[in-house]
Amino acid sequence: MKDYDKEKRHKERDIKQDSILLGVTLIITIVLLSIFPDKREAVITKSWEFFIEMILILPAVIVLMGIFSVFVPKEMVVKYLGKTAGIKAVFLGILMGALPTGPLYVAFPMASALLKKGAQISCIIAFLSAWACIKIPQELVELQFLGAKFMAARLILTIIFVVIMGILIERLIEWNDKKESKSIGGKDDASI
Amino acid sequence: MNTTAIFINVFAIGCLIFIFIKDRTKTKQALTVALKSFFRILPIVLIIIIFIGLLLGFVPQNQISKIVGEQAGFSGVLVVALLGAFLHIPSLISFPLAASLLKSGASITSIAVFITTLTMIGVVTLPLEIRELGKKMAFLRNGISFIIAIIIGIIMGAIL
Repeated sequence: MKDYDKEKRHKERDIKQDSILLGVTLIITIVLLSIFPDKREAVITKSWEFFIEMILILPAVIVLMGIFSVFVPKEMVVKYLGKTAGIKAVFLGILMGALPTGPLYVAFPMASALLKKGAQISCIIAFLSAWACIKIPQELVELQFLGAKFMAARLILTIIFVVIMGILIERLIEWNDKKESKSIGGKDDASI
Repeated sequence: MNTTAIFINVFAIGCLIFIFIKDRTKTKQALTVALKSFFRILPIVLIIIIFIGLLLGFVPQNQISKIVGEQAGFSGVLVVALLGAFLHIPSLISFPLAASLLKSGASITSIAVFITTLTMIGVVTLPLEIRELGKKMAFLRNGISFIIAIIIGIIMGAIL
């Protein structure tokens, strides 16, 4: 509960900060456009174009994120990932990472809980990476702005390399742990 | 309204109807969460949209393509990779930003790298990651993500 409060306060501070930043951006823009009146049309048209493109999909994307956050609770993700093993765990990690919503730092405590539960490292890495860059609502925004080809290519490549990275990091950490346990009693602090 | 936007909205409405039939209280909860996060994200969305307008209006295309375009080569890719790693903006906003860079002469490779490092690597959140997962895992994850971001970008540039 304490953590939750902290998170909430953090968010509130963020929105205040962002609003101030928005005000500053507006003032700078107004000043710039009054110094360079010939740029006015181009800047306003471009901003307007992107605004329309964004506002057409943003409510839908945000609603989807709300749905995922309520229907895929964090506890469920941790429970499922904690008890799966093998290559299946890696793919389940990707799937479970792609469903819930929130910035990456929300996923760190979940990954830490998984680590403590003894989940596979490759699965945790896959989960974190998927959380970071292949969320479903996020992919929809990518589809809107960069097109189906770009989105599909990046999605497929990301999944392939995330699986490779997960397995590689798992091997590296296991190899390192083995080396450390051999030289136990030695200079432990020098291991990293 | 383009087909993609229609598809996204139909998909969202479909999901909403489906969960409304299944569980009304949770649907209400989901919509409350959505409304709150909409207002939380709105200022940064507007900031990025204004920034895009300024970028496209003020910076000449050949200037952008000189820094992050085809002729910038590998150093250009490295610059956007580092930029993506250090910037701390919501990933939802990275796509319009990337699209505007693409329009103004950036290469496919650099925007794919930019999106990947922006979302996967967090220099700002690294201390938090170290605290939760340990130094070893945090450094390996961020470091290898940086390398695979560049590989993904190069492949994207070659196939698209």
